[in-house]
Formats: sequence, C-alpha cells, structure tokens
Amino acid sequence: MTATISYDEVEVGTELPAQTFPVSRATLVRYAGASGDFNPIHWNEKFAKEVGLPDVIAHGMFTMAEAIRVVTDWAGDPGAVAEYGVRFTKPVVVPNDETGALIEVTAKVAAKLDDDARTVRVDLTAVSAGQKVLGMSRAVVRLA
Amino acid sequence: MALDQSFVGRTYPPTDPYEVGREKIREFAEAIGDTNPAYTDAEAAKALGYSDVIAPPTFVFAITFQAAGQVIEDPQLGLDYSRVVHGDQKFAYTRPVRSGDRLSVTSTIEAIKSMAGNDIIDIRGEVHDEAGEHVVTAITKLVARAAKEA
Repeated sequence: MTATISYDEVEVGTELPAQTFPVSRATLVRYAGASGDFNPIHWNEKFAKEVGLPDVIAHGMFTMAEAIRVVTDWAGDPGAVAEYGVRFTKPVVVPNDETGALIEVTAKVAAKLDDDARTVRVDLTAVSAGQKVLGMSRAVVRLA
Repeated sequence: MALDQSFVGRTYPPTDPYEVGREKIREFAEAIGDTNPAYTDAEAAKALGYSDVIAPPTFVFAITFQAAGQVIEDPQLGLDYSRVVHGDQKFAYTRPVRSGDRLSVTSTIEAIKSMAGNDIIDIRGEVHDEAGEHVVTAITKLVARAAKEA
C-alpha cells in the first residue's frame, strides 16, 4: 500500500483534481467486450428506444469505473481504495456522433475516518449533460 | 407481484473459481481509458507492494454479477429480469484483485423490499481467493420496475 498522498496533509474539504471523461459509442462497445455486459441498451439505439430510453446509455458500471479514477489518480495506488459505492441516479445518454457524452467528476475529502488506519472518506460528484448521474458516491481510501 | 420475503438470507453455492488474467485486466483498463501502470506493469505493481498487476476497483463486478445470475435466474424467486435496472453498487475490499487470483463468489440475498410496486433486491457477493481468504464483498442492488397494467 503506497498511496502518495499523506493522511496528515489532507483536511476535510480538500478537493481532488477534477477530471472529465469522454464516452462515445465506440467506448461503450469496447467496455461491453471488456466487462462482458452486452445488454443492447448500451449499443443498439433501436432497442434502447423501444424500451423507453432516449438513446443508447452508458453502462452504469462504466460511469462508476470512470468516477473512481479521480481517486486512484490522486492516491497514486489503486489498491488504496478500501470501499467504493454509488447509486445510479440518471443514465449517461451517449449520442451517435464523434463527441459522444462527457462525464465530469469532482471529489473532495468529506471526513477523516481513522487516524490509525489513516483512512478518509471521499465524496464524488459525477455530472453528464448537466445532470447528476451518480448519487451517494463515496469511497474510503487508505492514505500514506 | 411482490417477491417472497422468505428468500431473504438465502445463500447460493459458491461459484467455480474465475482465474483473473493479466491480459483481461489490461483489456479492462484500456476500455475505461485508465493508464495507471499498476494495471499493466508488474514492476510498477511490485513497487506498490503487490505480487503482480492489480485490477481496477470495479473490475470484479463482472465476476460478482455473473455469480448473482444464480439469484436473478432462480425460477423459485421469480424476478422479471426484463424489468431490472441496476440501482446501487458497493465494494468493500480486504485487498485488491490481482492477476493470478482464482476467485469464487458466494451470493446471498441480503434484503428484499417492495416500494411503489417496484421490487428491490440486495445481493451480497462474498469473493474469496483459492486460499479461502476474503478479497472483496460486492453489494448489488437491483430494482425490478413494476409491470404496467395490461
């Protein structure tokens, strides 16, 4: 466990560097293959509309995977993430063009949990097209 | 129709081990665009204290969700999967998943609720390695939306 951020250096309210992640139809096809989730709502526009969605949507697990990158990039060690949970509040709608959609992620240290374990709680916010796409998005991270 | 509460606490048999491969981790990291060397470079992973490359925090979902299929497809439970959406997801790690792990999942129905005609089911997947050591617990909340009146 070699997080590069020291527990002693962070305070409640410390903001992590924000990041924006692009997602196109090609991204979703690639993620479907890597994750084994081939639900057609993530690649077939006709099917997505038939089941009442506005268009193809990103896998919730894709959005969850992107959001935590803000934490793993910050901590330096992806294994420093001890807990991570989200609620899928709105879908990320991915139009069939070159730009696709953007997932904008911000995060801050919400609490210092345990001085001995050197753990902090980080609260994440993920927004796409002006809407919050993850709720209750929290990670517990072990710092150096 | 509300799901049968008596299924709460039901545990399904552990799955056959899934062997985590280095190239599968690489493929997953590339799919999410994450270039952290801990996912692809064994030396970088060793510098962090791991014996081999580790997987991103959400990688294990593919394994736990497949295991949750035992619950989802249990004909006795009678969940209508065509109406199911993913509500919440949580992971609690003892250690990260790494290449070479042989992981087995034991799924338990943690809770069943009914709200406004929607069935909400929490499935807990306990993931252990070949030595029987706990690696991660995955909690998956699925929401089966109410069927429309015919």
